[in-house]
Amino acid sequence: MNMSALRYGLRQGFLSLRRNLWLAAVTAGIIAISLAILGGFLLLAVNVGQMLRTIETNLEIAVFLEEGVDPAAISRQLTEHALVQGYVFVPKEQGLVEFAQTLGDPAFLAGMEGENNPLPDLFRVRANDAQSVAALAAAIRAFPGVETADYGEELVGRLISVTYWLNRLLLGMSGLLALGAVFLIVTTIRLSVVARQDEVGVMKYLGASNSFIRFPFLLEGVVIGWTGTLVATIALGLGYERLATSLQQEALTFFIRPVTDPAMILPIFGGLLLLGTLMGGIGSIVSVRKFLRV
Amino acid sequence: MRGELTLIELKRVSKSYNNCAQPAVANLSLQVNRGEFVFLVGPSGAGKSTLIKLVFREQTPSSGQITFEGRDLSRLKQKELLRHRRRIGMVFQDYRLLKQKTVYENVAFALEVIGRPAKEIRRKVPAALAEVGLTGKEKAFPAELSGGEQQRVGIARAIVKDPLIVLADEPTGNLDRNNALQLMELFETINRSGTTVIIATHAWDLVDRMKKRVVAMENGCLIRDEQRGSYGNEHVST
Ligand SMILES: Nc1ncnc2c1ncn2[C@@H]1O[C@H](COP(=O)(O)OP(=O)(O)O)[C@@H](O)[C@H]1O
Ligand SMILES: [Mg+2]
Repeated sequence: MNMSALRYGLRQGFLSLRRNLWLAAVTAGIIAISLAILGGFLLLAVNVGQMLRTIETNLEIAVFLEEGVDPAAISRQLTEHALVQGYVFVPKEQGLVEFAQTLGDPAFLAGMEGENNPLPDLFRVRANDAQSVAALAAAIRAFPGVETADYGEELVGRLISVTYWLNRLLLGMSGLLALGAVFLIVTTIRLSVVARQDEVGVMKYLGASNSFIRFPFLLEGVVIGWTGTLVATIALGLGYERLATSLQQEALTFFIRPVTDPAMILPIFGGLLLLGTLMGGIGSIVSVRKFLRV
Repeated sequence: MRGELTLIELKRVSKSYNNCAQPAVANLSLQVNRGEFVFLVGPSGAGKSTLIKLVFREQTPSSGQITFEGRDLSRLKQKELLRHRRRIGMVFQDYRLLKQKTVYENVAFALEVIGRPAKEIRRKVPAALAEVGLTGKEKAFPAELSGGEQQRVGIARAIVKDPLIVLADEPTGNLDRNNALQLMELFETINRSGTTVIIATHAWDLVDRMKKRVVAMENGCLIRDEQRGSYGNEHVST
């Protein structure tokens, strides 16, 4: 491909784009929507992943003691255990006070003090690392005098399965949209080919190479795909930045902290740009293929 | 120096479309030398267009072999095929000009699409237009020209890249006798500068007048091949 071929391709490609401006715009729009959904889904996945990790690392094991067991014995065993990073003892009197605070109505607990306290004594235990939480909880359950040891595995399990199904759903949706977008590109480019059918026919008799004939159409498709993706990434980027800032200001809870690390965010946007451009290119190649046979 | 002289050689070439019982070209052998002027004549359906398409390698033979400058056309790789086609100037009955392009642009297009540099285009297009007698019509669009003038543009487009051979399929089929005669003389001029010319045509009176080699076909077969020949007796009497 030399300079004059390049010039020819550029001129023809942009002429076609101008001729089909509306269809090209709609096609770019659909690409933008499908890639924005895909990108939104990827951002969500990155954030949920980080959230799960945060929850896991912050998990505490609540160790409930049987009635009348000496906390000192349990305390000794916890100190000796290799996986334990630290622990605090919460006697049932303090547990009742904390419970009352959570409810916000001390009167509700009237008559439950002293002998009538229904709560057990408990230890809050932290593991060395997130991976050890499950193993440590199991080990502690085996201590004599321990009623049970929980660390919210149901919550984590439910989060993981919700994320799993959400992933499937969003991935399927963006896949379908992307397929529709490629189909639209094929249609758009085919219109351009038909508009220039005389020219394409003559070119073959004049000895033009297939790549020469294809180039303007390829360019058209790539420009459409790229425009769509650019719109998607800009919209998504601005939207995400807004959301991230407002979430940080609200400081909801310690674990909803949006991912802002560029090393995790930029590959997503880069991947989207590449994907949109590829979609445009593949669409036009499919479209031109059958016109190139001689 | 055998290879020097022979440009095209067909050896027992047959071509059937689909699985049609009657082949469009049947067991045809023919040799065309460099610099020759050949009329290809015969009734409609005789296989003239198919023969031209075989030489351009738009079609490939069902059996037999076609060589161009000694090279088997069935074995050309993609690159060689392009090179082959770029050495052939095609002229069509319906001109096949691009109506949204001017005369100049139509001729320049032939060089653009094979990637020739702009400088060469600026030099060669006016020369080709001068050769076909269209100097001054550069800015006209095809619709503003007569049929004869349009075909001249088609011929300029074919010769602008200095082809080895010009293949013309019924080039005067849509023109009156006067225009046809002038075009045949133009082809003769082109031939005189060394370019091989093959013209498939129905125009028997012109063929008779030109006294060139005549290859006659019927039902896909070669039925006559004469130097300085005529179209055939059946037409002379009408
Ligand atoms: N593309 C094609 N597909 C099928 N049959 C064809 C095709 N082109 C030509 N033919 C057939 O081949 C025969 C020769 O046609 P053609 O080469 O066009 O003859 P001519 O140019 O002498 O009129 C005819 O019977 C025609 O119907
Ligand atoms: Mg014909």
